[in-house]
Amino acid sequence: MVAHAEIRVVHLGGSKINFREPVITNDSRFLLCASGESVKVYSSSSEECVHDLQGHTDLVSGIVRNPSNHLQVYSCSADGTVRLWDFTDGILIKTFIIGYPIYSIYVSENHGGVVFVVVPMANDKSSELFQLVAVHLPLSGDQEVEARELSAVLCDVSPSGAASFGRKGEYIAAVKGLQLEVFFFKNQKSHRFFLKPGNKKGAKNAFTCVSCHPKEDCIATGHEDGKIRLWRNFNQKKEYTYSTLHWHHGAVNTLQFTPEGTNLLSGGIESVLVQWHYTQENQKDFLPRLGGAITHIAVSPDGSLFCTSHSDNKITIIQSCVKVSAIIQGLVKGEGVRTDLTIDPRSKALVLNGKPGHLQFYSLHRDKLLYNLDIVQQEYIHEEGLDQFEVVKAAFDTRGDWLATVEERTQKGSELEINLKLWAYDEQTQSFMLNTTVTAPHEDQIIAMCFSPSPEITMLVTISFDGHFKAWLLADHSDTKEGASWSCDFVGGYHHLKPGCCCFSADGSLLAVGFQEVVTVWSPSWELLTTLSQPPGAIRELCFGRLSCSKYLLGTSTKNQLCCWNLLTCSLEWSTPVDVSLLQADPLSENMAAFCSQSGCSDLFVFKPGEPRPLYSQKALCTGKVQRAVFAPRDQMLESCEEHAQWLNRSQLYFLTQHMDLMTFSTKTEEDRLLASSKLLMVDDSVAVTPFYLLLGKHRQQQEALTNPMAERIQLPQGSIAIKELLYTPAHVLPSASFLCSMFVRSLLISSSSASETKVLQHTLPFKSLGSLRNVLVFHEMSCKMNRKYSQDVDKVINNDF
Amino acid sequence: MASFKSTKIPIYPKLGEKVTPDTLYWKNYKAPVQIKEFGAVTSIDFSSLAPHNYAVTASTRIHIYGPFSTEPVKTFTRFKDTAYSGKFRSDGQLLVAGCEDSVVRLFDVSGKVALRVFKGHTKGVHVTDFTSDCYHILTGSDDYTCRLWDIPNSTELTSYKEHTDYIRCGTTSKLNRDIFITGSYDHTLRVFDARVEKSVMTMDHSQPVESVLLYPSEGLLVSAGGRYVKVWDLLKGGQPLVSLKNHHKTVTCLSLSSNGQRLLSASLDRHVKIYNTTNYKVVHNFDYAASILSLALAPDDESIVVGMTNGVLSIKHRKSPEEKREMVGKQRMQPVYRIFVKGRNYVPKKDDFLVSKPVKSHLAKYDKQLKKFNISKALDTALESWRRNRKPEITVAVMKELDRRGTLKNALAGRDEQNLSQLLNFLIGNVVDPRFTPVLVTATEMILDIYQAVVGQSSVVDRQLVRLQELVEREVDYQQDLLEVLGMLDTLFATSLPRKEVPCPGSSR
Repeated sequence: MVAHAEIRVVHLGGSKINFREPVITNDSRFLLCASGESVKVYSSSSEECVHDLQGHTDLVSGIVRNPSNHLQVYSCSADGTVRLWDFTDGILIKTFIIGYPIYSIYVSENHGGVVFVVVPMANDKSSELFQLVAVHLPLSGDQEVEARELSAVLCDVSPSGAASFGRKGEYIAAVKGLQLEVFFFKNQKSHRFFLKPGNKKGAKNAFTCVSCHPKEDCIATGHEDGKIRLWRNFNQKKEYTYSTLHWHHGAVNTLQFTPEGTNLLSGGIESVLVQWHYTQENQKDFLPRLGGAITHIAVSPDGSLFCTSHSDNKITIIQSCVKVSAIIQGLVKGEGVRTDLTIDPRSKALVLNGKPGHLQFYSLHRDKLLYNLDIVQQEYIHEEGLDQFEVVKAAFDTRGDWLATVEERTQKGSELEINLKLWAYDEQTQSFMLNTTVTAPHEDQIIAMCFSPSPEITMLVTISFDGHFKAWLLADHSDTKEGASWSCDFVGGYHHLKPGCCCFSADGSLLAVGFQEVVTVWSPSWELLTTLSQPPGAIRELCFGRLSCSKYLLGTSTKNQLCCWNLLTCSLEWSTPVDVSLLQADPLSENMAAFCSQSGCSDLFVFKPGEPRPLYSQKALCTGKVQRAVFAPRDQMLESCEEHAQWLNRSQLYFLTQHMDLMTFSTKTEEDRLLASSKLLMVDDSVAVTPFYLLLGKHRQQQEALTNPMAERIQLPQGSIAIKELLYTPAHVLPSASFLCSMFVRSLLISSSSASETKVLQHTLPFKSLGSLRNVLVFHEMSCKMNRKYSQDVDKVINNDF
Repeated sequence: MASFKSTKIPIYPKLGEKVTPDTLYWKNYKAPVQIKEFGAVTSIDFSSLAPHNYAVTASTRIHIYGPFSTEPVKTFTRFKDTAYSGKFRSDGQLLVAGCEDSVVRLFDVSGKVALRVFKGHTKGVHVTDFTSDCYHILTGSDDYTCRLWDIPNSTELTSYKEHTDYIRCGTTSKLNRDIFITGSYDHTLRVFDARVEKSVMTMDHSQPVESVLLYPSEGLLVSAGGRYVKVWDLLKGGQPLVSLKNHHKTVTCLSLSSNGQRLLSASLDRHVKIYNTTNYKVVHNFDYAASILSLALAPDDESIVVGMTNGVLSIKHRKSPEEKREMVGKQRMQPVYRIFVKGRNYVPKKDDFLVSKPVKSHLAKYDKQLKKFNISKALDTALESWRRNRKPEITVAVMKELDRRGTLKNALAGRDEQNLSQLLNFLIGNVVDPRFTPVLVTATEMILDIYQAVVGQSSVVDRQLVRLQELVEREVDYQQDLLEVLGMLDTLFATSLPRKEVPCPGSSR
């Protein structure tokens, strides 16, 4: 980051939007959610992101409505600030500096000027204990205010959303572990209620969430074993009571009372939104199959909209507990990207596995999820401990006509289930259609697969741990009714060694398969052409050079070597001892990107196989290993003159770090362009007076002055009169619209006789008043019909007449 | 809120032949009509005249059948011995036939007594044919000679004695009156020109030739002998073009379909094979009950007539288009529910407000149960007898789905004797099916785990368990045998494969 100031590593969108409970505004028009270091404002009807409230410097950990102003929200962040925003205009109003990392925020209508935040007990990040403190927000006109007036309310609370204000803000209830604590503000006393761990009969009594009834003294708590307890009479230490509701089979993740308290909403891993009727607890409504596990539920203040956030980075907006009205989907990254990052050649979207059993197509330019493709096509059972089918590999052919996916399911004590699916792009539906399913294509896991780039043949090669590689060909059964389908063409192997990687040359004339230490090179007719080997170390990745460097084959080995073979002489051209964790070739140029891991950091080298000097290198790119990377072609070529930034001209390099952050490289010219395009939107008359403006502004004013007289001349007086006539005449005396229309259109035309005609009309008006408009109109039309040549004569005649 | 995704029933690739236009065409024949003749049917010939009667030569007589009759229209019985090769003249008026007693007889189709009798051969005559000018007759005999006879004078014109064995097949050119081709058991095919003393072309089939056939263009010649069918290019001086070996017994007869696009060969192995004449690949196959000696196709492939060694004449007629349509019509008539159609054809008016009703997706019974997590009931519906017997893949798919949900054990448990025996029956029927084995083995193991406590309480279940055990043991034996065979084959292939040197970077330097 220091070496080249012009190229910066930047975070790309696709951050979590389900981290904390979303907030629906009072008028139900907007939905706010924490998304990484910013707060996003979405329209609840159109699903579009309206504003991106940026200002926090660390993870945003909570959002609440300002109870005293319904157009403002508070947000808190781990950077130790609480910020007040106007979300309709996207303006930061105030920043309150607390000084401790904040993990959640609560407010109550009855505690004006106070926010309740969860901060660590000791002022260091390693602390495991958290406390709830009340912060009095000082009234001051400054943008940045320090709020140091803290008073502890509850100690030892859980850091995330397990507290709730009771009726009229009289008490606050918080849960942690096996303890429910209720703090009464009136007498500043807290009551604690404990449950037994209860291991018998599978009961797990640990609390997971809490919600207080807004109108009555009742606290609902959710538990790990799926039970919901309704606590009453808790202002006594001993005579408290609770009743139990049980429907969920997994833990209750979230609970929420509706604003009137008539219903209780609960959600968990089953992905079913359950609506319990408060007085008749045995009656409940369900909204099933919402997506991933429900993590948060939010209700709009008027109770008309619910929204649920899900574990698969999704927010669902539900209208009156019946209909899903909108879905806001973020990039799903899960625990790991098992499919490599790939680029769909058609939509230029980033493709990776998303929701369980789905592939997601994510537009990098718009930072928006385009669509999810259901690969597994099976009902997803939301249950912990089940082995589900997972999409593990995906590959596109060069034109984007075919997509190959591999899904697998490992099951304890039984065989591995693998399906290879081939999808054809359908022009009509603009999506991929399943063409062929191959069950158990290999006896073991598929390690890698790639399509042949040659335009004549549609071929896929898969390699597997069972020691074979298979070539799949699209066979056209034109003589039968079935149409084209895929079948296995060739099974190859090399001395029963396990293959590790495969790669086609750019023209599809060679296939290289790495079998441990040996690289085998095959022709399209499945002849073993040659073997290359550079022990020690098994081959980890293979990559053919492109364009002018197509005679080179690059390979990385586990023993920290990067080798380059010349395919014409079948000999090693060069090799260098670097620990390359990832090798990527740019599909549009000769460039190669190698990510090297060194002492816990990742370095990047961009080089051409034929040149000894790297084009670009950057040390300490990020901490940890780079997991995946991909070159995405640009929409339009960048014209950058700096030598070390030229490799970013045609395509952009995206990579995923160990912490699943999607990053990219951006150059100065690109940022300038982005800035310009964003400026274009706001540019109005609010241009500041700069030397540039002084130079250009004067010129522009002159131009305006020049154009203005023209504009005035276009404004035809006769037109305005005709319109006036139209507007002021009573409707019942007006002629038919078709008649008026032609007149009206003509009145807008510029005619050479306009000046004279105005005169005529001005004359007419005093004599024939409004009552005889028809005559005027007829006359008007007549005069228009007249030849231009005679118009003046006619004028004279008419003048004489009058 | 996504809708419920129904259980995927895998579509297994259909075994056996693929449905091609050829199979559709050649399957479009009615069930064969069978007529018992007195002896082996050695020759069948269609008249080229309108009703297309055909002459069937069997034993000592020739029957002439009408296109749709099962009784002979006419019979020629004036043969002293076995008759051979009853052939119509191209105008359909005359019929010639050879005989084991070496006499060739010429009949008027409407008469009974022979018009002409040609004597001269010394042994049985197996080959007779008219030349294209209709005035001469070609004969080939077991006395190794072939002769040309003049019909008006009933005299012998020429005699060729070039073959060194029985002449058993021959044909005349339809374009040139002087050219004819004979095939003999001396493995040769000879082309003769009546204007020349000797044969003009000789081809070696290297098997006793049983049948020859000229293409309508007469550029290509097809011969059959032994297990081979060979195609020769006459225009290139008798160059062999293709050699086909698709039968496993002697090929006895050849025929062309009416448009010349398909070649048919009949063999003693009881098959008729149909070849595409552009790439000479077998496109269809007919099976018959006995070894086939003769085969003929009516013009336009209206019927296929096959004569067999057991004296049965099998006639297949093409289905008429009306019949075909009837079949299709019947199928279409079935699902008519007027109640569902009601109001469907209503066209909304211009300013009507359309309220779209959500389309209700239909779920199968087992899916409905799966949707409600009623696992035992889902398995019960999947095990309904017709589904179990007709579509075992559905039952297996539901079992797989239950296994995926981790609830197969619960679904299998708690069944009574009748239910359990049903389940075991299904397993016995399908557990060794390679498509279903992975799923059913887990199910079987679970059943054995669950019900091992109650073994011995019901004789029915015990008997089935014993059967299942036997089945599995037998299957294991098969697998072992197969693996042994595979190992043997591997060694064989390894020894026969030539060692190929792979260029090595080390050696190049």
